[in-house]
Amino acid sequence: MNPAAGSNQPAVTYLNHETTVASWLLTRDHKRIGVMFLVGVIFALLLGGIFAMALRIELLTPGPTVMGPMTYNRMFTLHGVTMVWLFMIPAIPSAFGNFVLPIMLGAKDVAFPRLNLASFYIYLAGSMLTVFGMLWSGADTGWTFYTPYSTVSPTTVTPILLGVFIIGFSTIITGLNFITTVHTLRAPGMHWTRIPLFVWTIYGTSVIQVVATPVLGMVLLLVTAERVLGMGIFDPSRGGDPVLFQHMFWFYSHPAVYIMVLPAMGVITEVVCAYSRKNIFGYKMVAASTFGIAFVGFFTWGHHMFVSGQSTFGSGIFGVLSMLVAIFTAIKIFNWVATLYGGSIDLKVPLLYVLGFIFLLMFGGMTGVAVATTSLDVHWHDTYFVVAHFHYIMVGAVLMAFLAGLHYWWPKMFGKLYPERWSFLAAMTIIFGFIVTFLPQFLLGNMGMPRRYYEYPREMQWLHVLSTAGASLLAFGFGLIAIYLLWSLRYGEEAPMNAWGSRGYEWYSGSPPVPHNFTEAPRFEREVHDYTVVEGPRVY
Amino acid sequence: MSTESSPWEEHFGSRENQSVAAQLGMWIFLGSEVLLFTNLFVGYAVYRYYYPEVFVEASKHLKAEWAMVQTLLLVTSSLFVVLAVHYIRQGRQLLTVLVLVLAIGMGLGFLGIKGWEYWEHWKEGALPGEYYRLEELPERGGSLFFTLYFLLTGLHAIHMLVALGLLGWLVWGALSGKYTAEYHIPVEVGGLYWHLVDIFWLFIFPLLYLVE
Ligand code: HEM
Ligand SMILES: [Cu+2]
Repeated sequence: MNPAAGSNQPAVTYLNHETTVASWLLTRDHKRIGVMFLVGVIFALLLGGIFAMALRIELLTPGPTVMGPMTYNRMFTLHGVTMVWLFMIPAIPSAFGNFVLPIMLGAKDVAFPRLNLASFYIYLAGSMLTVFGMLWSGADTGWTFYTPYSTVSPTTVTPILLGVFIIGFSTIITGLNFITTVHTLRAPGMHWTRIPLFVWTIYGTSVIQVVATPVLGMVLLLVTAERVLGMGIFDPSRGGDPVLFQHMFWFYSHPAVYIMVLPAMGVITEVVCAYSRKNIFGYKMVAASTFGIAFVGFFTWGHHMFVSGQSTFGSGIFGVLSMLVAIFTAIKIFNWVATLYGGSIDLKVPLLYVLGFIFLLMFGGMTGVAVATTSLDVHWHDTYFVVAHFHYIMVGAVLMAFLAGLHYWWPKMFGKLYPERWSFLAAMTIIFGFIVTFLPQFLLGNMGMPRRYYEYPREMQWLHVLSTAGASLLAFGFGLIAIYLLWSLRYGEEAPMNAWGSRGYEWYSGSPPVPHNFTEAPRFEREVHDYTVVEGPRVY
Repeated sequence: MSTESSPWEEHFGSRENQSVAAQLGMWIFLGSEVLLFTNLFVGYAVYRYYYPEVFVEASKHLKAEWAMVQTLLLVTSSLFVVLAVHYIRQGRQLLTVLVLVLAIGMGLGFLGIKGWEYWEHWKEGALPGEYYRLEELPERGGSLFFTLYFLLTGLHAIHMLVALGLLGWLVWGALSGKYTAEYHIPVEVGGLYWHLVDIFWLFIFPLLYLVE
């Protein structure tokens, strides 16, 4: 259907065809579920951010600043738990994946719409239980729940363990749904070699989710059982083995890092193509490297355990395997750069975040190779070097991609444009703030500042102050984004059908899309992001 | 628009596709269930390696003959579930209900035996972790064996309960005429789940009861 004359928008959209509260809460529309997830993860980001600022303020001075040591322990646990389990894991797959993946495939919905809605409520229930546990007394185990401490800690760990366990179910269901959708709901013409790379990364991520999450779920249940029943599986005084926990935990949680990073890479690929007006350089390589990362990711968990007493030979193997991930990642980076090269580049805000992403990913990745080197890691293990490393690579990457995707798909989701200047300012603040926050932490770690410490020697103060200053900039940037996005929902300029002139398939549907995505079945006659063929805007 | 009463969902495009999707979704779910249990199997392997003699001794406290009966019950029930799929494909709803009810009965029998067995362990003090009271066996290893025993069989029993609920729901659906020779996806998919629960037991049984 061509849009009505005068307006570029379809009159009936998924946003306005029903507007009651119940029509949202009981919806089976993947787009609405995606929006609800988006709201959920943004809340989690806010909560985790508040905890983060509390940490940074405490670290402004060498001694006690605003809280006691126990509160500090709780704060970093709450920060880590919220950010990892409530924000980073669901952020891109559950929010953007839900919204755009079916549209990109030309489907009317995901395979199991009811399960999809259930997945959201399971996420909500798990998150609420987790937050309840935090408010109740707050765990002090760190987000990794290491045994044996987590089995004896006097704080309330159990609701948090169960909350994360429940969230895991949501992850599994979402993954299962996406895999099935990709296999069964591709529209005619959507061959395997035409599937957009964002969909490929979500597919790869879903495989990891389905394979790894049960392991995490079980190990969390075991810790819970140990706390409640004194089971003895991880308790050395009963003949159990606390290191077994680490094996099981990292068997999940290392791949979990890719649950966060792979979808981020998918967003980046879409954005790079759209703003350099070129199809990706090396489609097959980029798709294949996704699975390379996903696969190798299952054999690298031991790099978190170099100092746990595993054999030197084992450590060596794990170190080398870990470095393979860097090779697959490099393939992607080269392909993005090659795509940008000679492209007709339009430096809009999403592309700005891509540049931030590439920088952080490269820097974080190279420090990753450094810490995967056993001898070096013995020096850096459990210091701020590691904190800086994982913030660069996983937090930096996810955050940049999340913001890139948010801006890129904003007109698609809500039919409004965000204000260009303000968003440019916010993006610069965030990228700069991020670097200022975490670069000093590499130096701190190298000087021997251990992670999760409340006090530090006076010589380190200037670096901590710098880091806190960067964090404040970050917080400011987020505040700015929140304000102008909310503003644009109401007062923003109406977006045209395809605000960026993108050739991504999701723009075949309206902005915002009609309830079942398309008014007639879309035809996929060209490769995704093929800018070489001349084509008027077409909306199905 | 699809109406509420039609079991066919429009977004699948075709009926075959809906069936394929349901089967695929279920298989993926089953895979992730297998991985859930794998953890406990790995834990079992690790501790068996640490405490080989204790594990052999401890397993003698289990009721292997009754476990054999349980195994027979489960295998037979699986057969009935296969029959249920067979009959519903032909649209014979009453026969489907009949075999499903038989399968449910056997599942309940299985759980009954399990409950009685737990009760015996309770009296004996063969309990997990800090509740372990068996004198004849060292606590190191012994308590771990029973921890793993209760975790594995307990998790399995919970899955049985869920699967029984599923079968009950299928009985209800078949009785109310929802499943027909054309539309029987839930029976096939539910049947798959029952077989999975059954297969877990086929691993648990030799590991726990028959170790030498
Ligand atoms: C907004 C600015 C942020 C600041 C200032 C910040 C600061 C911190 C600090 C001070 C720690 C504690 C280090 C320690 O004592 O060991 C930490 C840990 C952590 N942060 Fe952040 N963070 C920020 C954003 C994020 C985001 C967005 C995420 C995830 C999306 C994240 C994930 C984590 C994780 C997983 C840990 C490890 C927690 C632990 O090991 O217990 N952070 N962060
Ligand atoms: Cu890792």
